[in-house]
Amino acid sequence: MLSFVLRRLALVIPTFFGVTLVAFLLVHLIPGDAIDVLGGERGVSPELRARLMAELGLDKPLWQQYLIYVGNVFQGDLGISTLNRKPVWEEFFARFPATLELSITAILFAIIVGLPAGIIAGVRRGSAFDHSVMGAALTGYSMPIFWWALLMIFFFSVTLGWTPVSGRISVIYFFDQPTGFMLIDSLLSGEKGAFRSAVSHLILPTIVLGTIPLAVIARMTRSSMIEVLSDDYIRTARAKGLSPFLVVNVHALRNALIPVITVIGLQVGTLLAGAILTETIFSWPGIGRWMIESIGRRDYPSVQGGILLIASAVIIVNLVVDVLYSIINPRIRYAS
Amino acid sequence: MATIDTKIDADVPAVAHEPPAPPSPLREFWERFSENRGALIGMWVIVVITVLAVFADVVAPHSPTQQFAQFQLLPPAWQEGGQLSFFLGTDPVGRDILSRLIHGARFSLFIGLVVVTLSLIVGVALGLFAGFFKGVVDNLIMRTVDIMMALPSLLLALAVVAILGPSLVNAMIAIAIVVLPQYIRITRAAVLAEMTKEYVTASRIAGASVFRLMFINILPNAMAPLIVQATLGFSTAILDAAALGFLGLGAQPPTPEWGTMLADAREFIRRAWWVMTFPGLAILITVLAFNLMGDGLRDALDPRLKK
Repeated sequence: MLSFVLRRLALVIPTFFGVTLVAFLLVHLIPGDAIDVLGGERGVSPELRARLMAELGLDKPLWQQYLIYVGNVFQGDLGISTLNRKPVWEEFFARFPATLELSITAILFAIIVGLPAGIIAGVRRGSAFDHSVMGAALTGYSMPIFWWALLMIFFFSVTLGWTPVSGRISVIYFFDQPTGFMLIDSLLSGEKGAFRSAVSHLILPTIVLGTIPLAVIARMTRSSMIEVLSDDYIRTARAKGLSPFLVVNVHALRNALIPVITVIGLQVGTLLAGAILTETIFSWPGIGRWMIESIGRRDYPSVQGGILLIASAVIIVNLVVDVLYSIINPRIRYAS
Repeated sequence: MATIDTKIDADVPAVAHEPPAPPSPLREFWERFSENRGALIGMWVIVVITVLAVFADVVAPHSPTQQFAQFQLLPPAWQEGGQLSFFLGTDPVGRDILSRLIHGARFSLFIGLVVVTLSLIVGVALGLFAGFFKGVVDNLIMRTVDIMMALPSLLLALAVVAILGPSLVNAMIAIAIVVLPQYIRITRAAVLAEMTKEYVTASRIAGASVFRLMFINILPNAMAPLIVQATLGFSTAILDAAALGFLGLGAQPPTPEWGTMLADAREFIRRAWWVMTFPGLAILITVLAFNLMGDGLRDALDPRLKK
């Protein structure tokens, strides 16, 4: 087990360095240099330019600059936002909980709805229910989620008035946020109605962000269930007279879930990409919206740091999923 | 009933004398493909959209950019105040939404075509190299693929657009880069699987050149998954390009690209539902059609891949 984890870890390290290289090169490939960005419209005099170049280390060869950059990254220094002169690291972690909270609720929503739908569709293969679930799943999978978000806002917020249009909580509430998770903080604050407000703000973004993972999970669960149900051991279980409920939910499900777990792990990338759109539409103060704003305002240190941290998060989650997977399915450990 | 009887009578003697010729691969493929109703529907929708796109100038009732100042935010024809000549209504500056959608089909299909062609050519080449030469080349290519896979596709596309500047062409380049890993992996896997087979060894002993081995012996065996991936690639490309357009980083106004049309639709959500409804519907229908056809192609081309 340990050797498996170590081997995976060894594969992750070059990937991480690769990501630092991408983040580093990204900023150097942008036409015009950092000084032009700092100077803005007014421009910079040649003397000041030379001084700034030396100060920022831009006069050194590219490979030296890269080494310095990696060194800084390992010391937790991701540069300073050109927009508000705050460390990128701080900017990221101020917003990360908002994205994490939304991602968690979205994936929970996707699992809670997608898993049972997929199981039932698989068990009742060819039924009307199966066809509707698969039709809905394919539609969800093909959905431009930014449009889906607009439809939801139009229907639930504008027409019915059930949910708020944007933000994480109503502006009338103001309290400390020790955890950064609005659901928890609003409960801790003890303010009346705060939790309710947080929940109502979370519902639409959760559904929008969870739609594609939901479709993927439902499809995967169904096909995995169909495959497992045709196995010999299931026939045996049925033959010895176990109830269909037991056969499906105890015998079949345990094996059918193995590929589903991998697919759930793979949704992390989808969630973070979806968060960019979802957060933009719902004015959700997370890292997705921050990235869009940073790109729009040419705040390259933030873009660079954001890409590095998001990629690192994806790498770490994939590693964790790999390890979890090997615990559930030991064959993987010995095969590779 | 009579016709069926005669048909059977006519067939029986032929079968008795000689075994029926196996159906041609194309025919066999079509039979399996056309069994799938969803795939057929998808295919016909794509045909219709393609025809509309090609003949947009003739089919569209108005110019996609002409502004009818007196007809701003006109509702669809079936609603009160709507006009038949502006069937799906007009946008905030008085342009005909239907005409913009028809012209927008050109952009979406064009984006799909360019992105799929670019990523297919580059991805297949890199995949062939990786699988064929193994060692350092393989490692270099596959580690790069790992890095690209660690970045959420839209974020990577955003980063590329941030470098190149927002435009339709740059959005297409960005998306083509982002989807490369899938083509590389499919091709490489096929190469690795085929390389150990005896026909490849035989061909090699017979003196086949590297290029012959790569393109004539091995590549055809990777065609089925590549065709499926390319079809599904259309939907990814259309979705991502629309997302970039929506974020203001893809096609720029007044281009009638579907995602770009949605970019400022949010402001009119309260008073003009049609402005935001139809462009999204167009994206959904097109993407759904490509996904349906892709699923059908997968089942028909390679039963092993059937889910």
